[in-house]
Amino acid sequence: MDVMPKWAEVILVPLISLLLAAILSALVILAIGEDPVAAVKLMVTGALGSSYGWGYTLYYATNFMFTGLAVAVAFHARLFNIGGEGQAALGGLGVALACLYIPWPHWSLALVGAAIAAGLFGAAWAAIPAWLQAKRGSHIVITTIMFNFIAASLLNYVLVNMLRPKGAMDPASARFPEAVQLPTLHDLLAPLGIEFSKAAPANISLLVAIAACVVIWVLIWRTRLGYEIRSYGHSESAARYAGMPPNRIIMVTMLISGALAGMMAINNVMGEAERLVMNAVEGAGFIGIAVALMGRSHPFGVFIAAILFGFLYQGGAELALWTTIPRDLIVVIQALVILFTGALDNMVRMPLERVFLALRSAPKPGRKEG
Amino acid sequence: MDIYLTLIQLLDSTVRLATPLLLACLAGLYSERAGIFDIGLEGKMLAAAFFSAAIAAMTGSVWIGLLAGIAASLVLSAIHGIASITFRGNQLISGVAINFLAAGMTVLIAQAWFRQGGRTPSLIGKARFEPITLPFAEAVQDVPFIGPLYYELISGHSILVYVAFAAVPLTWWVLFRTRFGLRLRAVGENPAAVDTAGVSVVGLRFAAVAICGVLCGIAGAYLSTALQAGFVKDMAAGRGFIALAALIFAKWRPWHALYATLLFGLFGALETRPDVIEAVSGIKVQGQLLAALPYLMTVIILAGFVGKAIPPRAGGEPYVKER
Repeated sequence: MDVMPKWAEVILVPLISLLLAAILSALVILAIGEDPVAAVKLMVTGALGSSYGWGYTLYYATNFMFTGLAVAVAFHARLFNIGGEGQAALGGLGVALACLYIPWPHWSLALVGAAIAAGLFGAAWAAIPAWLQAKRGSHIVITTIMFNFIAASLLNYVLVNMLRPKGAMDPASARFPEAVQLPTLHDLLAPLGIEFSKAAPANISLLVAIAACVVIWVLIWRTRLGYEIRSYGHSESAARYAGMPPNRIIMVTMLISGALAGMMAINNVMGEAERLVMNAVEGAGFIGIAVALMGRSHPFGVFIAAILFGFLYQGGAELALWTTIPRDLIVVIQALVILFTGALDNMVRMPLERVFLALRSAPKPGRKEG
Repeated sequence: MDIYLTLIQLLDSTVRLATPLLLACLAGLYSERAGIFDIGLEGKMLAAAFFSAAIAAMTGSVWIGLLAGIAASLVLSAIHGIASITFRGNQLISGVAINFLAAGMTVLIAQAWFRQGGRTPSLIGKARFEPITLPFAEAVQDVPFIGPLYYELISGHSILVYVAFAAVPLTWWVLFRTRFGLRLRAVGENPAAVDTAGVSVVGLRFAAVAICGVLCGIAGAYLSTALQAGFVKDMAAGRGFIALAALIFAKWRPWHALYATLLFGLFGALETRPDVIEAVSGIKVQGQLLAALPYLMTVIILAGFVGKAIPPRAGGEPYVKER
């Protein structure tokens, strides 16, 4: 059935989708009376023109790698985890508890401990919808949406009533101790003789996120579990016939997905804010959907897409600072990316397939048809 | 008498808060009964809220504003229809995209048009839906019990509230007593059968998605021109998702949608009156718990612990005609 060559599938389709999203975004900028070329220039210099800009771009990209991987892993089992937002919020709670109540001697131990706590909390928050899907057949999309809202209420309650230091007005936890401060890219690159901005929040979590991309690649394409996840995603009945228990696959996939989303908190809560604040996730859980769709659920694709969205985020912040274009432009671009690479995929694919079919059948009529 | 008045006030704000939920819930009902999942209710409401407030502010007429809101909602419905019916894309992903599109575009356009940080100017006079005083409301105001009930609770709402409540029996009638309704429900359960009978699956589904757009448009217009006087950023505030929760809670039935949205409206009303709960039950209930209650209850219903919620069978599945 493969009508298109692999390179067209992997590169051409996403590229055309992205191009359509970009053209529409440019039209939106024109429509609100701004100059798209100047806007792109400003975004590039703001996000990539200095190590400060790069520091923010990579910081955002780290968040999106975690949440993008979370959505991508679930996509492989044909599960749509919309709950990254809530799982990352719970991951933040895990990080805060680990950093506040355990006296870590060194940041490296703290990072391991906090990452485990974040992963456990995120996985626990994904476990209930997963269990409901596996055992009771409740639709995972709806339950994970509901769990996002429940997470917001829960965090609100915990922050206001439990973690808030006495006398403080702000619904936020106390500041984490010095010992758990993560080294920033500035600290990491200084011994190598590379000057990197001190003010930018990108930190060692970036390396953890890149490692996670590699681990997930190995998991999906080089392990038995990954094979089971992909089999289940392609055909539930075939997986069942091959003796793979569907309930276990749903549970394990969602636990991995939730853990990845939760681990985002080592970047934003531990690496940047160094305390837990209300709404710390800031929509990164939802951007994971766009990142996973754009990256075609492949860890390398997720990596690239996360950096692109990091660029858009930092560039968008610069736009809001220097022009009258609000930061919400990024939300529109994000929506268009989701629309074209996700929902309207067939709109790009169908005509392309026709082109390739015409190209292939014309010169060599004897070849086997798909 | 004092307790009675407090109760009436509480129910009054329940009705106000339930109205947008009810309209959005019925909107989702048409769409999902026809087999098109719609998690973009939130986005459609938001877009409608902005455009009705913006056009009402510009023209000074709330009715033109309402039409603009419905039109904006219909545009998003058309996108959803094209993505999920014509191109057989993933309906859930399309819904997510629509929510973000509305969230971003409303602020962007609001900033470009009004330069007030993503809001519209406050609406006054004819640019807003004013409360309607029903006949004899003032005359019976002083009659004990019935007076306050009629004057405070039943009278004194904007026209859209009455529209929303009238839409419940109308929806029931359309879905269960007309040929169109039968076909609409059939297309959500077994589209192949409808197709075999020579009725257009695509046409029916587009019709359902369009009705959904109109109702979401009214819901959004109610938010910005009746419940409040103007648009502010992200003013739908998750109501589209509560409506979705109510739809599951109601198990995709019109009358139950009314009860579910009234219940969730009551939670919303109680959230602003913690003193009432404390006086009645003697327990201090956390506001956060009340905010999370609709979602928690929906999860429990979905889990099938209290009666099973079974969605229309062909929901979420694009229909591919056999060749």
